[in-house]
Amino acid sequence: MSSSEFLSQFLFTLISFALLLTLVGAVKRMLLWSQGQSSTIHWLGLLQIPRRYLVDLHHVVARDKYMSNTHVATAGGFVLSSILIILLYVFQLKLQILTWALLGSSLLMFVGSIFVMIRRRNPPPNLSLGKWQRLPKSLMVFSLSFFILTLPATGILPSDTGGWLLAVLLVAGIIWGIGEMFFGMTWGGPMKHAFAGALHLGLHRRQERFGDGQSTGLKAIDLSAKKLGVEKPIDFKWNQLLSFDACVECGRCENNCPAFAAGQPLNPKKLIQDMVIGMAGGDDAKFAGSPYPGIKVGTHKGGAIIPIVNVLVESETLWSCTTCRACVDACPMMIEHVDAIVDMRRFETMEKGQTPGKGSEILENLSATDNPNGFDPSSRMNWAADQNLTVFGHDEKKQEVTEADVLLWIGDAAFDMRNQRTLRAIIKLLRAADVNFAVLGDAEFDSGDLARRLGDEATFQRLATSNISTMNKYQFKTIVTADPHAFHCIKNEYVEFGGNYNVMHHTGFFAELVNQQKLKLDNSKELALTYHDPCYLGRYNGEYDAPRFLLESMGVKIKEMDRSKSTARCCGGGGGAPVTDIPGKQRIPDMRMADVVETKAEIVAVACPQCNLMLEGVVEPRPEVKDIAELMLDALIDDVVEDMVGAQV
Amino acid sequence: MSNNNLSVISLVSIGEHPTSRRPRRAEQDARAIELGIKLVGDNLQTLHAGELSDDASQQTALRSYLGMGLTEINLLEMPENADAVLVIAEHLKQKNPDIILTGVRAENGESSGMLPYLLAEQLDMAMVTSIAEILSIDEVNKQAEVLQALPRGQRRKLKVDLPFIASVDMAAALPRQSAFGPAMRGQFEATLGATFTDEESSDWQIVDAKKRPKRLKIIKAKTAADRFKAATAKASGGGGKVVHGVEESAQAILDLLVEEGLV
Repeated sequence: MSSSEFLSQFLFTLISFALLLTLVGAVKRMLLWSQGQSSTIHWLGLLQIPRRYLVDLHHVVARDKYMSNTHVATAGGFVLSSILIILLYVFQLKLQILTWALLGSSLLMFVGSIFVMIRRRNPPPNLSLGKWQRLPKSLMVFSLSFFILTLPATGILPSDTGGWLLAVLLVAGIIWGIGEMFFGMTWGGPMKHAFAGALHLGLHRRQERFGDGQSTGLKAIDLSAKKLGVEKPIDFKWNQLLSFDACVECGRCENNCPAFAAGQPLNPKKLIQDMVIGMAGGDDAKFAGSPYPGIKVGTHKGGAIIPIVNVLVESETLWSCTTCRACVDACPMMIEHVDAIVDMRRFETMEKGQTPGKGSEILENLSATDNPNGFDPSSRMNWAADQNLTVFGHDEKKQEVTEADVLLWIGDAAFDMRNQRTLRAIIKLLRAADVNFAVLGDAEFDSGDLARRLGDEATFQRLATSNISTMNKYQFKTIVTADPHAFHCIKNEYVEFGGNYNVMHHTGFFAELVNQQKLKLDNSKELALTYHDPCYLGRYNGEYDAPRFLLESMGVKIKEMDRSKSTARCCGGGGGAPVTDIPGKQRIPDMRMADVVETKAEIVAVACPQCNLMLEGVVEPRPEVKDIAELMLDALIDDVVEDMVGAQV
Repeated sequence: MSNNNLSVISLVSIGEHPTSRRPRRAEQDARAIELGIKLVGDNLQTLHAGELSDDASQQTALRSYLGMGLTEINLLEMPENADAVLVIAEHLKQKNPDIILTGVRAENGESSGMLPYLLAEQLDMAMVTSIAEILSIDEVNKQAEVLQALPRGQRRKLKVDLPFIASVDMAAALPRQSAFGPAMRGQFEATLGATFTDEESSDWQIVDAKKRPKRLKIIKAKTAADRFKAATAKASGGGGKVVHGVEESAQAILDLLVEEGLV
């Protein structure tokens, strides 16, 4: 028997055996996922996998051009090679064209693996080491082995080239390569991301995210369930468990996480890896990426039926999250970190009653007064005593109305003197544009954003249903609000409770008015200004243009920060983070203000009351913080006033 | 602390939020529960005198005690016009508790703060007011060491014989957070209370309390340090002199009236 005949027969056995083991591993992995709770199985999504992989996933990967090209070459080469290898060596289709194709695909993969290797020579801190450092070598060995193996078959080299020595080398290389690339795929090697990732793309819990869609609202839970929230890994939905397995440890989430940068004990990548450890059982000693700041790797372990918090993950880790969604947005595998965190927070709050910091007080206030700081609910409109606002209601003596074009949602800014200035500006602008609007007055409750993100789904649902039943008493076309958190809640999270409204953020609404020439802005001012994207307006709702359009209408050339739009850094005010107040090395708003200072802007325009408070909380000297509505009011050309002045002259 | 043989009963009422006036867990009662749980853990018994209201917000308020980790609350059912003191006393006589915990005063209703005193009288027990903590319990000698809260953060350590009633002050440890899940799943165990009708209160007229007029503090301090002192210093009681003799007493009163500019 010649060495080539031996190779051919040996490969048939080896690859068939490897594929069998891979299949066994796949079934084992699926059994791990099936420990999770039931959730809709989107079978049709499986058909979408190639499209989602090529379009949606690569759209995210392509934010790093080097890596996206590398991945196309490596992954494309690998998928193609694998199919060809199976056809050639398992099904023994000895077609010359397949041989040539395999030569090409393995070469493509080899070229890709060189670039992976180069990137891995001095890996940035967000990349995991350990088994991930082995991967480029495995890729190289796999592709090179098959390339050399295929050369004689194409006739470029005479058969039996290299004799038994090369044959032995090739066998070794192929065992390594196939071990990593096939077997490792379902037995927990780095290639797991390809297997779990593909299924995750198809069976994703938020199918709406694909094809440029959006799905950012938290999902409601049944409050009469035996257990509220996630205590153990098996309490996650099965497709959440699957999603954790899809993680490729690229660390883009880590690069974008404001809490990680602030030195708070959260690293989204480690959190997802810990969830994998929880699901499969074991400890975190082998984790080869950045730790949670301040917490040593290797000190925690978990299992599928072992409680997560304070065993596998410290509670401070969960409560450091600002729910800014930067990790979710940056994740090429479309993993939903925030969902997982809120699920675990729900158990902490609703089952254990352990919301840290001021959380417990805030939640009690929301129950007793419908606002987080416990102000007298009948004083909600005190700030507007001089505004003569029209209020929705049925009392005609008080000139209440049941119908208006716009419902102006005030939000908890009503109780905050700084943000009352923004509200006053909005009211002046609405009046300047002759908008027919009314407010809910004392009948308006907190939107529930804070309660929900602190894990108190019960309070959220009470506030949401109360607000919906209040609003359903009246007729209006649009809800306008200055608070992106309320905007997001009412627009995306009230839907599950029967609240379907046309909701606009004030920037979006004013942009329309400016477009229709109903508001005229002076564009002669030269302001050194930058704009800070609120997470709940930008990443959660994709609104990046309206605020910029308004600023440009005032003649401002925005000095954009490096991290703006979808990669904007959070102000630190979301998700109840200021309430739970987990200590770190620095404060998130200080870091954001440093981003502002870097642009040499003198004003930072904001579009959210929370951002306003967080950024104004940075010690002076610092750029001035102004809401876009305030800037607009400064630049407003009011025809009425001008006419009056003209008449007097 | 392991006080497994100790029988502790905490009385809970439905409180009222000072601004929204909505029912809630009463702040002092919640502190009493916290104190009780720390003392005897799951063995803490909780008693509420009254029926389970159909009103959802009343129920939620009562359930929020369950949310602190209690498995059940005993309801001592009694009609609206019953005299709670007598009904509770009758019930407790059969229970023989070692310690009874209450708040200092209710957040609504009569809010006289008399309940613990009247109970102590009925049950012939010692009564300790405004405690902040139970430091230790000597089950052999049937004695407890408690910390009583006095104004301005002062504390007094007292020894009291078991059994006793203690009213729990706001200075006691903050109550733990009430969690929604356990609150919804906790049980109410109803017992029918004895019938003691409150004859007197039926003739009463109830009006909202008015705020008592408060003397304006005139601070003559000129420097920030003086103002700080005036704001934080303990109000002096004038030395608390005991005056004997008619002449001297009359003079002391007159002096005060002159000082206040009333004469």
